[in-house]
Amino acid sequence: MSLLAFENVTLRFGGLVAVDNVSFHVGEGEVFALVGPNGAGKSTVFNLISRFYDPAEGDIRFADKPLLGLRPDQVPSLGIARTFQNIELFEQSTVLQNLLVGRQRHAKSNMLTEMLFTPSVREEEHRHREVVEEVIDFLELQAYRDKYIAGLPYGVRKIVELGRALATEPKLLLLDEPASGLSVEESQDMIFWIEDIKKQMGITVLMVEHDMNLVSAVCDRVLALADGKELAIGTPAEVQAHPEVIKAYLGTGEGKTK
Amino acid sequence: MRFVFKRSYNDDIGWFKHRTQAIYYMVLLAFVVALPWLLDDFFLGEATNVLIWAIVGMGLMLLTGHTGQVSLGHAAFMAVGCYANIIMMQRGVPFIVALPLSGLITGIVGAIVALPVLRLHGIYLAIATLAISVLAEDIIVIAEPFTGGVSGLVAPPIDLFGMQITRYGTPTAFYFITLIVVLAVLFAYRNLLRAPLGRAFAAIRDSEISAQAMGVNITATKAISFGLSCTATGLAGALLGHFAGAFNHETFNIVLSIQLLLMIVIGGLGSIHGAFFGAIVIGFLPQVIAIGRDVTSSLFGFGSLTIPGIEVGVFALILLVFILFEPMGIYGRWLKIRTYFELFPFYRKGMFKRQKSYLKTERTR
Repeated sequence: MSLLAFENVTLRFGGLVAVDNVSFHVGEGEVFALVGPNGAGKSTVFNLISRFYDPAEGDIRFADKPLLGLRPDQVPSLGIARTFQNIELFEQSTVLQNLLVGRQRHAKSNMLTEMLFTPSVREEEHRHREVVEEVIDFLELQAYRDKYIAGLPYGVRKIVELGRALATEPKLLLLDEPASGLSVEESQDMIFWIEDIKKQMGITVLMVEHDMNLVSAVCDRVLALADGKELAIGTPAEVQAHPEVIKAYLGTGEGKTK
Repeated sequence: MRFVFKRSYNDDIGWFKHRTQAIYYMVLLAFVVALPWLLDDFFLGEATNVLIWAIVGMGLMLLTGHTGQVSLGHAAFMAVGCYANIIMMQRGVPFIVALPLSGLITGIVGAIVALPVLRLHGIYLAIATLAISVLAEDIIVIAEPFTGGVSGLVAPPIDLFGMQITRYGTPTAFYFITLIVVLAVLFAYRNLLRAPLGRAFAAIRDSEISAQAMGVNITATKAISFGLSCTATGLAGALLGHFAGAFNHETFNIVLSIQLLLMIVIGGLGSIHGAFFGAIVIGFLPQVIAIGRDVTSSLFGFGSLTIPGIEVGVFALILLVFILFEPMGIYGRWLKIRTYFELFPFYRKGMFKRQKSYLKTERTR
């Protein structure tokens, strides 16, 4: 059964067709990657799923529920969490507070009980903290727990953002270029984490990634996009060998004068 | 250097970081409670004034410092609270009911106003809220049957537990009423900051887009923030009405709105401490200027010299100095000094370098 169904979706920005009749299905427990040259529409697909954009045509369904009627802030409550290409953390807060914001969709307390900080609010805070501590253990963020984001190096921020998404306890995790800007070692760690996220936590992963090394290591299936159009879909090896994909990345060589 | 050993999640949830800190604040509270017996009536009145500023400071800090939404219209909401309270009291509602109700009314008005206004960002939001401040003055004049128009209203004495409380008649009682409101607002504010809603506020301040991706309803949360901010502001306005005794539309002019914003910038955005530091500066500044004037004129023998607009001038100067040299405000400076001594001799100049200022305007939301 497919967890995420993306069917014949088209999005136009004025005359530019950013996503052109793209369809794909992500199965439960799968790690699925979107690849393609810059401007192919990969992040736009993410923003469509997050409901930051409204498609002109097509349908997006998550676990057989339509996504298109929802506000962006209602999407996480279905169990979809995401990271951003240009890290969008809460700079003036500590790592711990950032991860706790990930618990927002599970918050049951209301304004009045929070102002009085009733025992039930405290109890709930403890529960949130337990989940967050598990994430901290998983991603080895213990040393940074009380550090402010503004003072953290890029690699750590990237991991904190992954942690914040995990703290929401999602069913589907959208990772926008998880390995970009990471050192070789850090992206190696990222490969292990994504594998563990899939195997231990049973979370389905949809990612945008340029690092084919990481993609071939962890992904079950890959969709290649160029100029908003589907080029090829299949296993990483199949897609990498697909003539259309090679053409999109390297050009055809036709019409070149020597 | 102090190391805090945490043994329970409660250590991170608590009001105070460690026991010594709790003792400091208890000593401070005891001092504040003892103040009526330490000061004469005049300075007690000034202290009450500072506390009123602190209430509205906390309100505005919640909105600007913690949710990142600028408001140049808070004088208008002080007016709403002030007039609501006095109008209700004139119609026989006892103070003990009218005060919380005026806060509530202001909060509801604020939340309703917020829904359209908070769609704007940065400088545009500042202009829109400034317009509210301008409008409020005119509305007060037009709504003469209720507000007394240009001639304004006179606050009746507060009838509480058989006492007739006025600012001049019973300064101690009025001081304690104000103090109780301060503590109540502080209690709610501090609690909110350690709960999900407080984190949602900070999330909106730092990145709207990812707050949304984490399930924070931006519109609703901003409206709640504005509403809560206005509730505190309304309470302060109600107390200001009693403090001033008589007031009209000019009490709540734009200068007040600007002063309020300056207060939290000088105090230090993004911390409750900042609201209090700012309130002390704003509250005592007129007195300091008056004393300074007396001293200079007695030194140089000018007689009684008055320079029109000196207050606003000194104020602007202080603000300029802060924006240029200490954008983190008094509280930020205090944190630096404290860190310097805690880490001595290992303090580095760059330690606070990466703390950016608030009020992002056109960045990704």
